[in-house]
Parts: sequence; structure tokens; C-alpha cells
Amino acid sequence: MPLPSPQSSTSAGPAGPAGQELVPWWRDRRVLPWLVQGGVGLSVLVVVAFLLANLIRNLTAAGLLLSWNWLGQPAGFDIAETLLPFQASDPYWRGLLAGLVNTLRVVLTGLVGSTLIGTLLGMASFSGNGLLRGLTRVYVEVVRNIPLLLQLVFWYFVVFLALPNGRAALQLPGVVLAKSGLYLAGFGAAGWIGPQLVNGVWQAPLRFSVEFAALLTGLIAYSSAFIAEVVRGGIAAVAKGQWEAASSLGLSWFQTLRQVVLPQALRVIVPGLNTQYISLAKNSSLAVAVGFTDLYSVAETTLNQTGRAVEVVLLLLGTYLALDLLISLLMNGLNRLVQIRER
Amino acid sequence: MDTLLRRLRHELFASKVDGLITLVLLGLIGAGGAGFLRWALGQAQWAVVRANSTLFALGRYPIEQQWRLWLLTALLAVATGITWGMLRSHPRPDRVGVLWPRNDRIAAVLLALLALGLPLALGLSGAVQLRWWGITALLLLWRWLAGRFGPGLPPLLKRLLPLGLPLLYLLGMVLIHGGLGLSPVSSSEWGGLMLTLLEASFAILLCFPLGVLLALGRRSELPLLRWGSVLYIEFIRGAPLITLLFLGQNMLGFLLPGGMAPERVWRAAWVLTLFAAAYLAEAVRSGLAAVPRGQLEAARSLGMSLPQAFASVVLPQALRVALPSMVGQFISLLQDTTLLSLIGLMELLGTARTVMANPAFLGRNAEVYFTLAVLFWCCCAALGLGSRALERRLDPAALARSG
Amino acid sequence: MRRSLRRFDSGMRLPTAFRPLALRRFATLAAPLALLPGLLSACAPDGGSGVQSAKMATIKARGKLICGVDGSLPGFSFVGPDGRYSGLDVDVCKAMAAALFGDPEKVEYRNLNSSERFAALASGEIDLLSRNTTMTLSRDAAGGNALNFAPPTFYDGQGVMAPTASGIRTLKDLAGKPICVESGTTTELNLADRMREQNIAYTPLKFQTGDQTYAAYLQGRCVAVTSDRSQLAGKRSSFPQPDAHTLLPDVMSKEPLAPATVNADPVWADAVRWTVYALFQAEELGISKATIAAKVAEAKANTNQADLRRFLGVEGEFGKQLGLPADFVAKIIAAVGNYGEIFDRNVGPGSRLKLDRGVNRQWKQGGLIYAPPFR
Repeated sequence: MPLPSPQSSTSAGPAGPAGQELVPWWRDRRVLPWLVQGGVGLSVLVVVAFLLANLIRNLTAAGLLLSWNWLGQPAGFDIAETLLPFQASDPYWRGLLAGLVNTLRVVLTGLVGSTLIGTLLGMASFSGNGLLRGLTRVYVEVVRNIPLLLQLVFWYFVVFLALPNGRAALQLPGVVLAKSGLYLAGFGAAGWIGPQLVNGVWQAPLRFSVEFAALLTGLIAYSSAFIAEVVRGGIAAVAKGQWEAASSLGLSWFQTLRQVVLPQALRVIVPGLNTQYISLAKNSSLAVAVGFTDLYSVAETTLNQTGRAVEVVLLLLGTYLALDLLISLLMNGLNRLVQIRER
Repeated sequence: MDTLLRRLRHELFASKVDGLITLVLLGLIGAGGAGFLRWALGQAQWAVVRANSTLFALGRYPIEQQWRLWLLTALLAVATGITWGMLRSHPRPDRVGVLWPRNDRIAAVLLALLALGLPLALGLSGAVQLRWWGITALLLLWRWLAGRFGPGLPPLLKRLLPLGLPLLYLLGMVLIHGGLGLSPVSSSEWGGLMLTLLEASFAILLCFPLGVLLALGRRSELPLLRWGSVLYIEFIRGAPLITLLFLGQNMLGFLLPGGMAPERVWRAAWVLTLFAAAYLAEAVRSGLAAVPRGQLEAARSLGMSLPQAFASVVLPQALRVALPSMVGQFISLLQDTTLLSLIGLMELLGTARTVMANPAFLGRNAEVYFTLAVLFWCCCAALGLGSRALERRLDPAALARSG
Repeated sequence: MRRSLRRFDSGMRLPTAFRPLALRRFATLAAPLALLPGLLSACAPDGGSGVQSAKMATIKARGKLICGVDGSLPGFSFVGPDGRYSGLDVDVCKAMAAALFGDPEKVEYRNLNSSERFAALASGEIDLLSRNTTMTLSRDAAGGNALNFAPPTFYDGQGVMAPTASGIRTLKDLAGKPICVESGTTTELNLADRMREQNIAYTPLKFQTGDQTYAAYLQGRCVAVTSDRSQLAGKRSSFPQPDAHTLLPDVMSKEPLAPATVNADPVWADAVRWTVYALFQAEELGISKATIAAKVAEAKANTNQADLRRFLGVEGEFGKQLGLPADFVAKIIAAVGNYGEIFDRNVGPGSRLKLDRGVNRQWKQGGLIYAPPFR
């Protein structure tokens, strides 16, 4: 791999116009960039061509050349919980869409939850209370140094699957947490309805499976630790004089943070949040480990039923890339907003 | 005593709200701690960890070949001891001539306790326990020897000494894999902590140069290099690792002519490397951005060629700035190795899953996951600590003081 | 260009130690040129005529067979405490290795979950898939998964297992309840079909691996688990209290479990097919692991026993026609025994599963195990 070319618009190198005829052509800085780029480009092209040729040859031999007709075939499998009505006779594309909707559901709730908790944790690390500060520190250090996948299977197999079922379930007003799922009160056909036990099975207007709950808990716990660090960095970047000025105006600690420091800190926080949001979106694909049917899970089943490995992987990569771009776009917009307000 | 009390009061009970928070937190800590102790000492059945400790450490590595891994561990202990001793005996700005600073004494005692206690806790046999003592003694002995006689070594030898580390890595590969007269051990039999560390170390070592090249490419003024790097970095960063791993495991066969694809373990290692390189490139890029442009111009005006200027002026500064985020990437790389269990490799988490499928240990999830969590936490925290120590050592202010 | 590449692929003239390196260097050089011919000749199928099989050449050059198995299914493929694989599926791999190399241990096993098995086979990751895989039209068809199935080694049916205490006795009792199922299996599809037929609403909980599926079932996340009946029996035998779980009488589907190879290499597929038939035929002829040596001696001594002589490779060239050694049948039986022995040892009376032979009896006893003539 060659280093970047010596061509540089601002620096005045040793080879001026006078020295031009002394320089052999392969060191000429008008030629060299093209040489370097040509070399790199050619080798990349060769490698890609080689791989593609193999791909086409192997796919042809296996009778699996690219085709998208299978998307319209009936899927034949069911999906446990989905916002989009889906049944086994629906086509694959609807199944994949239902999976995508499930992924989006996890990502959106995860974003909101981890932002809230992360911000609180980030603020707590500036608290006057030493114990609170210490605990926040411990939380962040523990969570960040343990792999997410390990945390997810822990939440699912150890915590959520150990929950009691039926009458013994954990009950709060309007909320029931049982092994079969998380039940929330909401508006049903007959107005406001809380969770009820019918024939030993909980019923409620809002119901989430424990798989969803475990995935969400794990993702939020993990991401909030990283977001807390981002928020902490942002707050630390605000000049100390701002705190002093605000408190000399008689603002309380919380008021200072909320009205003076955080708005300024956002400038630093938003780009950091972007990275964290994108990793949360990608990490949601670990849902397969806890039995939640997200996009990746549906794609894996589809791939298995149809044998269309290349097409399915292409679809997956494209969708996640689009999701990341969307998040980046929104966050960049937010970033502009924050920067303007700062002036 | 009085000042301590006053400080405590200031920290914990400065106001009514603070006091309330403190009390609630204390209550939570107490309840949580008590619950954990009750579980750990009463309900938990640690037999699952004890009975499978070899499986967790090495996977299905054949028993008659395990002496090689003991040898490798001993060699690593010697190398660690020498490195440690040489670093300490090397003159430092803040503590010249202190061979055994307090931290080192604590570390030595901790190591000794670990060597004594861990085998006992795991119920290892006497012979194995003896080996652990030997290895720990070896480490401490070489630490002492290197600290004592290291500075007296001829300068040439001292300069050549670091070359031993890559050699040791290669030797370790040979020991694990076989070859050079050793009977080969198929990579499908590697597993447990060994596989986790192997994959992580391989990816960390290789993603570093790749990441630096990509970062330079991204900042290059040549459009093809720049856009190529941007495309690669953004593509990799946009894809979930599990998709890439799946691609590497099950579709590489489509992309290469028959029989050319490397073994599964290496394939996963390469996917991890290529994945991490994109993230590392971003860390290095932010480091490069922090180096003032004048540095490059100054170096060039001194007559350095561009590669020279980059290698000896710009990159060292950029890498120092990027160090914390680079180590952050290494830590997440180590954590990402757990995803290999989803594609059927027997690294730590994969081993854990097969162990828990064993009817004798059904439902012992909590014990196994807790053990793995502690293991990972220690490895990652150690990396983090190492990085902070390195940061302090490379701090230009400290270097200037030592001037 | 392409032909020479292929010759390198199966070329035995180079010392094996140099082959990969030479091949790699050659391939790199050939890369730019490989593009065009690769595209042009993309329609020519691999494999060729006669007993030229790219796959078998690769396997022989490698010196071992790579076999995809489940790896955690008692009775079919399971790793013992000593790290050795055993089971009915594993014995098929061993039989194939014995046929190829005369040594049943020359196998490398790959644990595959149900979602990755076909991709692993199609991409050449494994040579042979022997992982309780149901033979179906779409998996066999060139327009589907494009697999090539050997004869079923176990005729199974899908069943449902539920805790005895739950009171679940029929499928109807499962209405509105969560059911655990391994994703990417025919089981998952059959479940959907049967429940749709009977108009029963249910919640499928899908997991990537059998381990997770049964872990979730045992932890009570679902009230029932569905899979092939043999698999359920196998798993149940490993549970702490096997009696606490009941197999429902409903048989939801036909599940002929068969080894599979890729469509692209019919020569290799034939070798696998007739290796399986050899196991069946040996049982029919009463040739077992214990009697194989005597039978071979008998065949050699007695020129009148033409059937036996052909079957054991004393005369004729069946082995050669398949690209296998002449005495491949004798090697197989000496290594793993006949089908009946394999069945008894792994899932039958000689195992913890204690499954009945059922439809897996020889055809003469009214079962489905039937080998076409070795002629």
C-alpha cells in the first residue's frame, strides 16, 4: 500500500519549477499521484473482478443466480409478535417488512430509553453527592467492560426467564411483569383497562413479550452507559465559569444544569450521540440470541427456506446501511440546529 | 478523624435532598449486596465452572497436546516478567531508580494470591496447581532479574529485545497450531478463553496497520484513495458485525475458488480484523485532525520526504492523541469476539452454551454467565488501565519535564 | 485458462504440500484474465462426466471428509465427555470416510445450526450434510436449495412435547400458548401449516439453535416444544426428569431425514447415495461388523456367490464406477457395521433413547428401509 502522494497544494516542496528536469518522471509530482491511484485502483479492480467472477461461476454452478422472484412467494412461517399483521400465507417481503418494523420498534424505544437514562447518568456524575457520583462511575465501568451479547443472554435466560407466571407475577398498578411477557394498562374497547388474569393467562391492551423486554433492557443498559460518557464529556467541556456565574445568579444545581450547561454541552454531545445511536441500531441485530424476531432473524429464516444467500445478505446490508444513514441525517440536522442556537 | 467526618458530611449529606439520596442509595446497595451474597454463597452451584474449567480455558484441545499450551503460558510469563522489569528499570521522569514502586508490590502480591487461590477455588489437581505456582514464580523471578540486571545489558541487546515479542507470538501460533515437528491440532478443536484471546490478539495486531492506512487514505488528497477509503469505512461501519460474520462464514466459499477459503477460525479472525480496521481508521483520523498542519509543513521544509514526515512527525503525535479511542476500539473488539458464538465457534460464550446444554448442568446460566462477565471485565479493564498508564507515559508535559 | 485452473484444482501431480501455495499464486496471476472466461463459461456446469468429481478430488487431496452435523443432539450427533462425536448422523459420516479412505476417523465435524446448514453446503464449506435434515421438494429442486439427497437414513414425523403436568394432550390445547421451535426448520413451517388448518392461534418462539430452544422450554417460557419425534425423544432422554415430559400422540408431518450433498456434483452424490444403500443392503444380507471378515473370506473362496462377490467388491467394478475403492462396502461395514447395528447402537435398544424401529425396519419386515440391487 502506498502512502498518500506528495502532492500538496500549500507546502512548497524542494522540487520547484527550476528542479523539474532533474526529477525523473516516476517521481514527478504531476505523474506520481496518477501512478499511485492507478496502481491502487487497478489492484482493487482486479481483486473485485476476481471475487465477482468466482461468485458468478459458483452461483451458476449451484443454480442460484441472482433473482428476486422468491420475494413474492408465500413465506410459510409465523412471526410471534409484530405490529404489521402477518401470517404464514403472506409473501416473504411482507415477512421481512414485519421484521424491519420489529427492528425499528426496538431501535426507537431503545434510543429514547437510553438517551433518557444516559443523560440522567451523565448529569449524576456531576452531582454534589459523592455516593451517587461513585455509583454512576461503577455502573459505567461495569457495563462498558462486559460484552453486550453476554449481557443480553444474561437478561433473558437468567433474569426474565426466572420470572414467575400467572398469579405469582410481579404486579404494580397498571403493570404486570410475568414470564409470558410485560403487560401494560391502556385504552381498550371499554376505556381504560388494566392487566387482568383470564384463565391463568394475563390479558392487557399493551403487551410485550419477554424477548422484547430482555432485548430492550439489555440494549438500554448497555447504550446508556456509553451515552452517559458522551453527556459527561459534553458537560465537562462547558467552562467552569458558567456554573459559577449561574449559581451566583441564584439558580439551583438542577436549574443550572438544565438551563445553562446542557444547552451549551449539546454542541459537543450531539455528534457523540450519533455514533452511539448507530451502534444501538446495529446491535439490535443481536435479537436472534434472545429469540426476538427482528429483521436479521426473519432474514436468516428466509435465507434458510429459499437458499437465496446472496440476495438476502444484500438486502440486510442495504437495509442497515439505510437505517444508519437515516439516523446520521437526522442527527446532522439536529446538530445544525444546536449549533445555530448557540450563537 | 474530624476532617474525614466533615468531608463525608459534605459529600453525602450536604442538603436534605442529598441526605435522602444517600440513604436510598445505601439501602439499595445493602439490599443488592446482601441478595448477591446470598446467591453466590448459598444458592449458586459453582460445580458447573469447576467441572468444566479446562473446557472454558482451552475448548476441546487434545489432552496429550496440552503441554504445549503450558509451555506457551510459561513463555508468556517470562516475556511479561522481562518487559515489566525492563520498563521499571528504564529511567522515568517521575520515579527514577524506583525498582519496586508501591503499585508493583501490590501487583506482585495479587499475582501470588491469585496463583494460590484460583486453582484451589477451581478445585484443580495438585499437579496443575503446582504448574500455576511455577509459572507465577517464573514471572516474578524474571521481573526481578530484568529489573536488577536489565540496565546493565549491552545497548544493542536492549534494542533487539522488543523483537522477541513478535517472535514469541509466531512461536505461540506454532505451538497452538502445530507444525515444525509438532503434530497439528485442527483449529476446530480450539476453544474457550484461548480462542477468544487468539482471535482478539490477531485482529488487534492486524487492524492497527490497516486502520492507519485507511485513515491516511481518507485524508489523502488523491480522490481515488480518499473515496475508496471513505467507501470502505462507511460500508463496514454501516453493517452489523453479525451480518459480516455470516457473510464470512457461509459465503466466502462463493467468492473464492474451491479450497482456497481459509479455515473457519481464521475467517472469523479476518472478518474481525477488517471490521475493526474501519473503526480504528476513524479513531486515527481524529488523531490526525488534531495535529496542526504546520507540523507537516515544518517537517517537509526540513527536507524530509512525505513518508518520512508522516512516519516520524505526524503519526506519532496523531497516535498519541488517538490512543484512548484506539484502546476503546480494542476493548470493543475483544467484546465482539462473543459474536463468534452465534456462528458456531467455540469461544468463551460458545463453550458456555454447549456446557449449559449438557444435561448435568442444565439451568446453571447465572453461574456461567457471571463467571464469563468477571473474566471479560478483568480483561477489558486491564486493557483500559494499560492504556491510561501508556497515556501518562507519553504525556508530552511529563516528557518535557524529564527533558 | 479455465481448464488449466481446473486441472490445478484436481491436479495430483504436484506434491500436496505445495499445492495450496502454487494454486494461490497461480490464481492471483490469473485473476484479471479469469474475469472474462469466468463470465463466458459460467453456464458450463462443474463436475464433468465419468468419475471425474471435483468434490471427491478435493476431499481426497485434503485427506479428510468435512461433515456438517448438529453436534448436540443425543442419538444423532453428540459430543461425549471425551470430545468424540457419536450418533446415527455421525456414523453416516464415518461410513463415507471409510468408503473414501478406509478409515472412519478421517472426518472433520462442523457443528451447524439449522439456519446456516444449507449455506454451508452450497458454498462448499462442508462436503456432506448429515444433520437430521428433512428431504423436501424445494430443498431438492434445482430452483430451490438445489441439494441432492441420499436415501433417508431415518423416517421420522414431527411431534410436540409438553410437560406432563401441564395437561396438554392434543394440539387444540395449545391454543393461544407459546410454542418453542428451532428457526429455519421444516418443523417451523409444518407447525404453521397444521395450526392454520385447524385454525388454532398460537405464538411461535423461535431460536437459532436447539440448545436455546430446549433451554427456553425447560425454563417454562413456552408450554410446548415441537420438533422431529426422534429428536424430542433424544432430548427428553437427557433431561433431568425425562418422565415429566410427554410426547403428544399427534404426528404432524412426514420427516424423512436424509444426508445431503450439492446438486452440482452428481458423481459425489452417487457415492454418498450408494454408501447409504450399502448400509441397508448389508443388513438385508445379514452382514454385520462381526461377520464381515468371514463373509469377505467366503466370497473370495466361493466363486458361485456372485451377488455377495459383487457386493463386497471381490469381482466387478462397482467401486470404480462410483469413484470409490473396489472393496468400499467391506470397508464401510468393517468400520461402522450395517444399518441395523447403527440404529440399535445410537437410537435403538442399545441407547438411552430406546426408540422402536417402527417404519425404519427392513422392507422384508414391513418397513421402508430398502436398497436397490447392487448390480
